[in-house]
Amino acid sequence: MANPTPLTPQGYLLARTRWHPLEIAFWLATLLPFILFPNYLSLASQIAITALFALSLDIILGYAGVVSLGHAAFFGIGAYSAGLFSKYVWGEPFSGLLVAAALAGLLGYGTSFIISRFRHLPLIMITLGLGLLAHEVANSAHWLTGGSDGLQGVRTDPIFGLFRFDLYGKTAYAYSLAVLFIVFLCARRLINSPFGLALRGIRENWNRMPAIGADSRAHIRKAYTIAAVIAGICGALLTQTTNSASLESISFQRSADVLVMLVLGGAGRLYGGLIGAAIFMIARDQFSGIAPQFWYFWIGVLLVAVVMFLPNGILGGLSAIVARWRRK
Amino acid sequence: MLPPIFGVLFDGIAYGMLLFVLSVGLSVTLGLMNFVNLAHCAFAMLGGYVTVTLVNIFGWPFLATLPVSFIAAAVTSVVLERVLYRRLYRASDLDQVLLTIGLAFISVSVAAYIFGTIQQPIATPAALRGSIDFFGLGLGKYRLFLIAVALLVTLAMVIGLEYTRFGAQVRASVDNQRMARGLGIDVDWTFASTFALGSGLAGLGGSLAIEIVGLDPNFSFTYLVYVLIVVSVGGLGSIAGSFAAAMLIGISDIAGKYYVPELGAFLIYLVMVVVLMWKPAGLFGKR
Amino acid sequence: MSAIDTSASAGLALSTRGLSRSFGSLVVARDIELNLPVGARYALIGPNGAGKTTLINLMTGMLAPNSGQIVLGGQDITALSPQARVKLGLARTFQINSLFAHLNPLEAVTLAVCERRGISPRFWQNIAVNKDAIEEAYDILVRLKLGDVAYQPTRELPYGRQRLLEIALALATKPKVLLLDEPAAGVPQEESGDIFEVVASLSNDLTLLFIEHDMHVVFRFATHIIVLVGGAVFTEGSPAQIAADPGVREVYLGKRHHG
Repeated sequence: MANPTPLTPQGYLLARTRWHPLEIAFWLATLLPFILFPNYLSLASQIAITALFALSLDIILGYAGVVSLGHAAFFGIGAYSAGLFSKYVWGEPFSGLLVAAALAGLLGYGTSFIISRFRHLPLIMITLGLGLLAHEVANSAHWLTGGSDGLQGVRTDPIFGLFRFDLYGKTAYAYSLAVLFIVFLCARRLINSPFGLALRGIRENWNRMPAIGADSRAHIRKAYTIAAVIAGICGALLTQTTNSASLESISFQRSADVLVMLVLGGAGRLYGGLIGAAIFMIARDQFSGIAPQFWYFWIGVLLVAVVMFLPNGILGGLSAIVARWRRK
Repeated sequence: MLPPIFGVLFDGIAYGMLLFVLSVGLSVTLGLMNFVNLAHCAFAMLGGYVTVTLVNIFGWPFLATLPVSFIAAAVTSVVLERVLYRRLYRASDLDQVLLTIGLAFISVSVAAYIFGTIQQPIATPAALRGSIDFFGLGLGKYRLFLIAVALLVTLAMVIGLEYTRFGAQVRASVDNQRMARGLGIDVDWTFASTFALGSGLAGLGGSLAIEIVGLDPNFSFTYLVYVLIVVSVGGLGSIAGSFAAAMLIGISDIAGKYYVPELGAFLIYLVMVVVLMWKPAGLFGKR
Repeated sequence: MSAIDTSASAGLALSTRGLSRSFGSLVVARDIELNLPVGARYALIGPNGAGKTTLINLMTGMLAPNSGQIVLGGQDITALSPQARVKLGLARTFQINSLFAHLNPLEAVTLAVCERRGISPRFWQNIAVNKDAIEEAYDILVRLKLGDVAYQPTRELPYGRQRLLEIALALATKPKVLLLDEPAAGVPQEESGDIFEVVASLSNDLTLLFIEHDMHVVFRFATHIIVLVGGAVFTEGSPAQIAADPGVREVYLGKRHHG
C-alpha cells in the first residue's frame, strides 16, 4: 500500500472496496470485441449473459456457501416469462427484463423458505429436485411453453425504439454487456456491504453465526432471492437476444455448466464466474465441431483437475502465485 | 380376473426393486463417510456394459455375466477410491460434488466413444422371457426374476450387516466414526470395502436394468437422479429406508406414467420435495 | 408449570430451573438449578464428561432441554432461538475455536457488531460508511490486545490470539451474561494468565460464568464455584469452601484414578 500513514479501520475497509486498476482494465477489455471480433459479437453476447448467470450463482455459492444444482430453474423462468411477455403483451425489452426479474424473484423468494432449512446433501438434493421439477413443468406445459419444440413467436422491439437487434449481434452484445455491467455494480456493492460480510460469515462458519446473534436463514433467504432475480434477468436477456426460449434454458445441463464455469474461474471472487464463463464459452465455440459427449469428457477431466490441483479456481491460483511472488 | 392396478403395482414393485439394488450401496457409503458420490451410477453403467459386451461379443449366457459385472464395478471403484476419493473425505460438499460429477461426465464420454450413443440390445435367456399368467394378470418372468434377485440382495445385506463381524464394524462406523476408531476398527479399510461392495451392487443393478430401462451412455445421469432421490428420501445409511423409498419411488413413477402420462417424471420429484420438507433427513434418517 | 416468580429472579442475571437433558439412557444434565447474580464471576468445574459444555449449550439454546427453564434477566428464554438469546444479552465462547478463518479480526468483529446493531441486512450500503460500527469493533480489538493484528487473516494468527478473538466476538454482541467455555484451552500455561487478565478486566456489570480446569486460575478469578458431576450440580460454594470440600477432592482424585 502506498499510504505511509497507518490506515484507520474505516479507511482500511474503504480501501478494500476501491476499484483496482485490473478491474478497470477488465471492463475496458470487454469493449474490445466491438473492434477486434466484429464477427463474434453474438458469441460475446452469449458470454456476457452466461457470465451474469455465473455471477448470480456466485452470490449464493461463492459467498453464502449454498451449493445449488438447480439454479437454471430461475434462468428458465426468466427466459420463458420474457418470451411470453413479448408474445402476449408487448416487445419492449426493458419492461420484459423487469417482468422476468420480478417473476424469478418471486419464485426464488418462495423456494428460499424451503432451501434455507437445509444444508449439505439434503440441500444439494432439494435444489436438484426443484430444478428438475421446474424443467418438468416447462416440459409438460406444452400449451404455454411449446414444450420440447421451444417457445415460438418471440419478438423483441428495438432498444429505446432505435437500436434493432441485428444479425451480427452488435446490439445484442451492447445490450447484454450494459446489463451485465449494471448488475455487476450492484453485486459488487452487495459483496462490499454489511450484508455481504454476513454472507461471508455464513460461508466461513455456519455454526458460529447464531452465537453472534445472526439469523443466517433470513440472510440466506434474501441472498437466494437476489440470486434468483439476477438469474431471471439472464434468462430474459437470452430470450430477447435470440428471440427464442427453449427447454435447454431450464435444464439440469445448464445448472451443471454454470457450476463448472464458476468453479473453474474461482468461486467467491466476483470475477471468477465472469472469467470462467468466458473461457468455457469460447472453448465450447472452438470445439463446436466435436460431438457434445466428447466435449463433456474434457469438462470432466477439467473438473477432476480443478478439484485436485486448483481448489480455488483460476483466480484463486493466480492470487496464490501473486502472493508468493510478493513475499519473495 | 385382477384389475390392471395390480399389474401396475407389480411393475412398480419390480422397478422399485431395481432402484433399490442400484441405490443401496450409495446410501450405505453416504451414511458411512458422508461422501457425496455423484458417480455412483457410472459404476452401474460399467456393470451394464460389461454384461452387454460379454453377452453380445463373447456369447456368454446372461446370468454368468452378473457376477463379473459386480466384480468389475467393485474393482474399478476401489481403484478410484484409493486414487481420488479418499483425498476428499474431509473436503467440502462442493468439492465432492464437482469431482464426482466430473467422473460421471467422463464415464458418459468414454461409454459413447466405445459403444456409441445407441441403446444396447441384450438377449436374456429364454427362461426369463414372456410372462406367467396369474389370475388373468401377465406377470413378466424377468420382473419376477428381478424381484427375486433384489430380495436375495436385501437378505444378504441384512444378514451381512447384522450377523457378521464386518457388518458390526460397518454399523459401528456409521453410528459413530470416532468411537469406532477408538475401538480399533480400521474405518478406512471398512469404508473402502463397503464402497467396493456398494459399487459392485450398482454394477449388478446396471446389468439387471438393461432389460427394463435399456442402456445408453446417459445412464450415469438419468439414473443418478433416481438413485439420489431414493437415497435422500430413504435417509442416509439406512437399508430399510432405501428399500421403502425405492418402493415408493418405483411405484409412484410407474403409476404416474401409467395413469397421468402427461405429468412425466413430475410426480417423483414432487414426492421427493414433499418428503424432504416433511423430514429433511429422509424417512428413516437419523440426522 | 407455574409462571416465573419474577421477584425471586430480581438481582439474578441468569438462572436455570430443573434443567434436564438426556440422550437415550445417557443423562447429560440432571435437574440443574443455577443462579448467576448480576456481575458474578462464577466458575464451573468438574471432571471430563461432567456436562459442562452441555450446560452452556443448553443455556445458549444450541441444545434443547427435555425439561426445565432458563431465565435471563427475569425473562423466560427457554423457547427462544440461539440468536434471539444473543440479542437479549446472552453470549458465549467456544472451547474449540469457532472463528471465521478467512476473515480478519476487524471484519469478524465488525460482522458481529453489525448483527447487533441490525445493519447487516443492508445490501445496498458500502460497509465502510458505518463508521461507528467499525470503530466500535476496532475498540474491542484494541481492548483485547488484538489491534496490531486487526487486518491479518484469522487463520494466520497465533493460537493464543485466536483465543482472544473468541472473546472479542462474544463481546461484540454487548452481552449482559457471558459464558466462557475454557477460554484458555490449549494455551501454554504461561500465556493463559494473559487471557484471564483480559477476562478479569471486563466490566463489573458483565456477569461471567467460565469453565476452567486449572484450579490455580479458578481460585484466583472466581468468587464462586459450581462443581458439576455426571450432569448434576455436585456442590457449590466459595473458593475456600470448595477447596476444603473432601467430596470435591474425591471427585477429582477419583477421576485421576480412572483416567
